[in-house]
Amino acid sequence: MRIFVNGDQREIEPATLASALSVLGYGGKKVATAVNGRFVPAPARAATALNDGDKLEVVAPMQGG
Amino acid sequence: MFYGVDLCSRLLLGTARYPSPRVLTDAIQASGAEVVTVSLRREAGPERSGQSFWSIIRSLGVKVLPNTAGCHSVKEAVTTAHMAREMFDTPWIKLEVIRDDETLQPDVFGLVEAARVLSEDGFEVFPYTTEDLAVADRLVEAGCRVLMPWGAPIGSARGLNNVYGLKALRAHFPEIPLVVDAGLGVPSHAAAAMELGYDAVLLNTAVAEAGDPVAMAKAFAMAIEAGRMAFEAKPLEPRDMAAPSTPVLGKAALGD
Repeated sequence: MRIFVNGDQREIEPATLASALSVLGYGGKKVATAVNGRFVPAPARAATALNDGDKLEVVAPMQGG
Repeated sequence: MFYGVDLCSRLLLGTARYPSPRVLTDAIQASGAEVVTVSLRREAGPERSGQSFWSIIRSLGVKVLPNTAGCHSVKEAVTTAHMAREMFDTPWIKLEVIRDDETLQPDVFGLVEAARVLSEDGFEVFPYTTEDLAVADRLVEAGCRVLMPWGAPIGSARGLNNVYGLKALRAHFPEIPLVVDAGLGVPSHAAAAMELGYDAVLLNTAVAEAGDPVAMAKAFAMAIEAGRMAFEAKPLEPRDMAAPSTPVLGKAALGD
């Protein structure tokens, strides 16, 4: 299925948010996630199924003022 | 000082725009800041730059104040705050809801609404606001126990644009910790804010983009300390006429 990861289109096998993060190389990284503009807490990732067309945001600590 | 957390340093420092991670580290250490601001951004690219940035910040042992920089709506700011709370394991959030992209002027209506939503959800909100008294009052009503009025637009290096307004804010909220956030350029601006009785100063660009950020961090730290000491020493009020400092009494009569 096709999803958008930080704005980029990606093809992945149907997956939960947790397994998609792992496939996309975010496994074990310090990131926070939102799907379609809604925050998904880390403990809920394994139970969150991704659907075709979903917009996934993966953010990390960055420089800020 | 801030939500029950006592700090020694009255300087809060941003972590953006430094020429290198090494300079960032040295500037934070030179500043003596115990709180640094950070953001959340997309973790893209194979290098996963957020991970190395985070390991630098963690190694410094400072408290982190995450921001909602760049958010233009209540929804965006609230969602970002939730992501930040999980990421950094802190209820602190520097709340920015921006309206105008030229001046980075806060959308004070959205700010108050987001502050209420977040405060009710257990966040400890540090709102980036203007010096407007009515907005400040609404923010306190919404649950904020710190206010962060701008000195001038972010990154503008103009100093305190409205000293009268900042003084009025201080006088109206004697019990609320007040931080001048943004717009400062040189240490004398920071000293002036502290002399008004402000509790702290939040800086970023003035240090990060100075020719020597590490020396500038130290200079700001000294100015903030001097300004605070001056405030506690109760400075004179300006007056219109001269007042001779040397006693007139006892002057020898040497005229004709």
